[in-house]
Amino acid sequence: MKNILGRKVGMTSVFTENGRSVPVTVIEAGPCTVVERKTAEKHGYDAVSLAFGAVKKGRVSSALAGHYKKNGAEPKRHVREFRTGIEGAEAGATVTAADFEAGDRVDVVGISKGHGFAGGIKRHNFSGGGASHGSMIHRQPASNGDTNAGRVPKGARRPGHYGVDRTTHQNLEVVRADAERNVLLLRGPVPGAKNGLVIVRATVKPGCKPAQGAK
Amino acid sequence: MLLSRLMNVIDLLDKDQQKASVPVFRSGDTVKVYSKVIEGGKERIQMFEGVVTVRKGGGAHESITVRRVAHGVGVEKSFLLHSPRVERIEVSKRGVVRRSRLYYLTEKVGKAARIKEKKAVR
Repeated sequence: MKNILGRKVGMTSVFTENGRSVPVTVIEAGPCTVVERKTAEKHGYDAVSLAFGAVKKGRVSSALAGHYKKNGAEPKRHVREFRTGIEGAEAGATVTAADFEAGDRVDVVGISKGHGFAGGIKRHNFSGGGASHGSMIHRQPASNGDTNAGRVPKGARRPGHYGVDRTTHQNLEVVRADAERNVLLLRGPVPGAKNGLVIVRATVKPGCKPAQGAK
Repeated sequence: MLLSRLMNVIDLLDKDQQKASVPVFRSGDTVKVYSKVIEGGKERIQMFEGVVTVRKGGGAHESITVRRVAHGVGVEKSFLLHSPRVERIEVSKRGVVRRSRLYYLTEKVGKAARIKEKKAVR
């Protein structure tokens, strides 16, 4: 099963076998326990719920503690459900980085870094105005659109809160999977801040070729 | 315990990739860099000799820039010190320079681009 929960450790770069230096995000992935196997007959849909991360006893709500107890699993900090690629996962099993191998393609879900109340340039890649020559429009969004309409169209891109969204980065390459250290190295950046929870699962992108420089 | 391990994973990876030994040299020194190049499907070792103008970065990411003048044209190549493609590095001359990054060499030609050689310490 190529689904796992992990924690973003940070970025670095590693040398591949052919001597290339590739940028990687280090993810402390697993070990996760399979808390529950949901089935279509019983729950209405098929899913596997994974738990990850050490937690103090008192920090688990009694409702969740009861849920863990019912399924005979050790309480963990995070629980997430996976609905794809769940064949052969039984409750009580352990998922580790060993289930992945170099060259695998994965999607990574994380909570993106917060940028607070951001302007149009940062939030929507607006161009911005001139800096000088009497421009007077520097980082403003400038026109809001049709003045005849007398209103701002719905969904117009404006300044506002940016970040802290659930973000998926698709089709990342697994550069290395280190089961001993419970570490996954994924090529390129991954959404979220350091120490943030990330969800790693097999990619939904079909028929993707291995990246250039992959072995 | 979890936290201390988190802080170490990247350091560990870094250490794993570092070469056991890299010769001692600094900018201003003349070095020979033997690197593997793939040419027409074959691998061979190519030597590049020149003055180290920049040495930067730390850990496994440390890199050097080597400059030489070939056929009247200045050529600069940068190498990752710990890259497996860099076979070995030999120091051929020690230079006397007063800064760590010799960007000024790019503008100098001929005699002005010389670097005084350090006399061997007994």
